[in-house]
Amino acid sequence: MGAGIQVTGLNAWYGTNHTLHDVNLNMPANNATALIGPSGCGKSTFVRCLNRMHETNPIAKVTGKVLIADMDIYSDLSAVEVRRRVGMVFQRPNPFPTMSIYDNVASGLRLNGFNNRRVLDEVVERSLVNAALFDEVKDDLKKKSGASLSGGQQQRLCIARALAVDPEVLLMDEPASALDPVSTAKIEDLIFQLKSQYTIVIVTHNMQQAARVAENTGFFLSGKMIEFDATHKIFTNPSDKRTEDYITGRFG
Amino acid sequence: MATSVYKTSAYNRISRQVWDHSATALAMLSTLLVVTPLVAIFVYLIYKGASSLNLAFFTQIPKPVGESGGGMANAIFGSALLLAIGSLLGVPIGISGGIFLAEFGRGGRLANAVRFTADVLNGVPSIVMGIAVYSLIVLPQKHFSAFSGGVALGIMMVPTITRTTEEMLLMVPHSIREAALGLGLPNWRSVLSITLRTASPGVITGCMLAFARVAGETAPLLFTAFGNQFWSANLDQPIAALPLQIFVYAISPYDEWHRLAWAGALVLIVLIVVSVALVRFVTSRGVLKGAS
Repeated sequence: MGAGIQVTGLNAWYGTNHTLHDVNLNMPANNATALIGPSGCGKSTFVRCLNRMHETNPIAKVTGKVLIADMDIYSDLSAVEVRRRVGMVFQRPNPFPTMSIYDNVASGLRLNGFNNRRVLDEVVERSLVNAALFDEVKDDLKKKSGASLSGGQQQRLCIARALAVDPEVLLMDEPASALDPVSTAKIEDLIFQLKSQYTIVIVTHNMQQAARVAENTGFFLSGKMIEFDATHKIFTNPSDKRTEDYITGRFG
Repeated sequence: MATSVYKTSAYNRISRQVWDHSATALAMLSTLLVVTPLVAIFVYLIYKGASSLNLAFFTQIPKPVGESGGGMANAIFGSALLLAIGSLLGVPIGISGGIFLAEFGRGGRLANAVRFTADVLNGVPSIVMGIAVYSLIVLPQKHFSAFSGGVALGIMMVPTITRTTEEMLLMVPHSIREAALGLGLPNWRSVLSITLRTASPGVITGCMLAFARVAGETAPLLFTAFGNQFWSANLDQPIAALPLQIFVYAISPYDEWHRLAWAGALVLIVLIVVSVALVRFVTSRGVLKGAS
């Protein structure tokens, strides 16, 4: 099941560069939340704060509170525990190049010491089915490298890999921006289905995509969250002038 | 209509083709220049050494001066043993050092010191390495030994392996590390099972380079393994080695020994090529279709 996310007073820095200013946000469980805004507005930094990937950069700093399933991820859990509960799909597909398709999907469990063959087989198949990739690769699971798939397939493989560790939240940082329209449509269908089991946070530059997949949308500008509301409200009747300017293409 | 910046006159087309062909020819010539010495050495060794190769060469130990025949069986075994000790010491230490430099010490003062030391160590003449091990191990023990020879070879392998491991790990894209951390793997697990595994073809090449380099070393063994005309598998006793035996035979005044030295050199080169090829074969069997 997905978990709700409550963010209060989140600030983030890269060195002396203050990239997120006092973000407050409430994302309900089992919903998709889209984050939009021009490049460099802090939306990627924001999602990287939700699974503590932000702090893997040695000059990065973060303050504020993030509750996932009512647990403070910065004080109640270790970074490793957080990342097991909060999966992430990156902008560019990044399968492990030396591993087979099967090993890629099994990697999260296996490398955490889980080795039951029968259960692994089940998890790998279920994850690939959930990522809408199983039918395309079922004959080459252990024969082909993850890197031999097409870009769109690789991205779905990365989604399957993230699903295999059974997270409560799935963060997607522009998951379709490096893909063609057909692959993009597949990923969007997938997000639509995954919502019933996971809480999804998706960063996107594509406003139609946000409108298609997300219940709620947040608009970021210069490190601040300008507006957060139901997606149809953001796109039809935004309360803030800057949101309106952005979605109508007047800047950004 | 805008005029193209690319001139398309016949003169230009021909001059482009001339450039193209001459560049290709130059590249081929350079390749030839690189390959020629290796082939020449190999052919010359076969010409000089192959006639002295027989079963006895691989099964017998050297005969005393004046008796004909005999072989280098003990030296072949000795070299294998010395290289095994050297690799057992040099490969784990070298790879660990490379992991430290690339993954944990990045930019730190200790890492810079280690990197500098490795580079200097790489340039230290091998005979100096032999003397160092002589004073560290042979002198306190008061006798030459196979163990000290293996240590000398191992120390010589470390800097090469450390630096290539570091380079190869740094070539692994950042996105791969992020993927591993994003799955909730602890950093050490991510480094060992993902980053090192992704870099493994290059790391193995580095190990093989170091191995091939020390396999032919003579100088560091002069003060440590010392050489031995008889069978020995005792780590605490002097032991024969192919390069040492070749050295002794080559500077001797006897024609028969000269021939045996050529045969020994041929065997040494073949052993190095075979072991490198074997490691490549074994480590490439797990590689999957389409893996980069």
